[in-house]
Amino acid sequence: MAIEVRIPTILRTYTDGAKQVDGTGSTLGEVFADLESRHAGLSARLIEAGALRRFVNVYLNDEDVRFLSGLDTAVKDGDTVTVLPAVAGG
Amino acid sequence: MTALALTAVLSITEDLYAKIVAHARADHPDEACGVLAGPAGSDRPYRFVPMENAERSPTFYRFDATEQLRVWREMDDNDEEPIVIYHSHTATEAYPSRTDISYASEPNAHYVLVSTREDDTTEFRSYRILDGEVEEEPVVVME
Repeated sequence: MAIEVRIPTILRTYTDGAKQVDGTGSTLGEVFADLESRHAGLSARLIEAGALRRFVNVYLNDEDVRFLSGLDTAVKDGDTVTVLPAVAGG
Repeated sequence: MTALALTAVLSITEDLYAKIVAHARADHPDEACGVLAGPAGSDRPYRFVPMENAERSPTFYRFDATEQLRVWREMDDNDEEPIVIYHSHTATEAYPSRTDISYASEPNAHYVLVSTREDDTTEFRSYRILDGEVEEEPVVVME
């Protein structure tokens, strides 16, 4: 069961420069835990106190997972998860 | 033999410069924000992509997440990257705030700050922001 996870430039230091890595799991949270096992430190950039970090956007295919179930969002084989740090400031 | 010092600089056309300034003026007193896309690795901005400020605030900006996905995918399809990420300050100087620095997440981008705090002039400055460090760079406006 492979889920393709697209990694933004700023997080490629955790993936040896790879812009895409594969993960397994039935929820987004499980996929990130799976990635963490091979790319230590990555999940801390995505998750804080058990929830998705506020200024990191995560999409399942075309949808922002904030409008789905966050880390509990179900994923299936062939899905694409895209991570984009929010562009924000003041 | 002198060492050639490679200085960071933003090279931008008059047209793109004017578009950013016009966007900032149009959205004042809310902060305006957007991207200049260019061919990946070229350091040459050529496509103006104004973005919606999902915060609609005079002191904060954030790209709408769904719009950001669409624009980032489009750039990927075009083999482009965000060469410039710009936003405006409406009451303060055109210098990155603490928040700007902590959220800067495109390591290869030039961060352009525009200030619309004065009616008759618009400040336009450019910076590289990496690992919490800000370095200002000159802006070279070309035809």
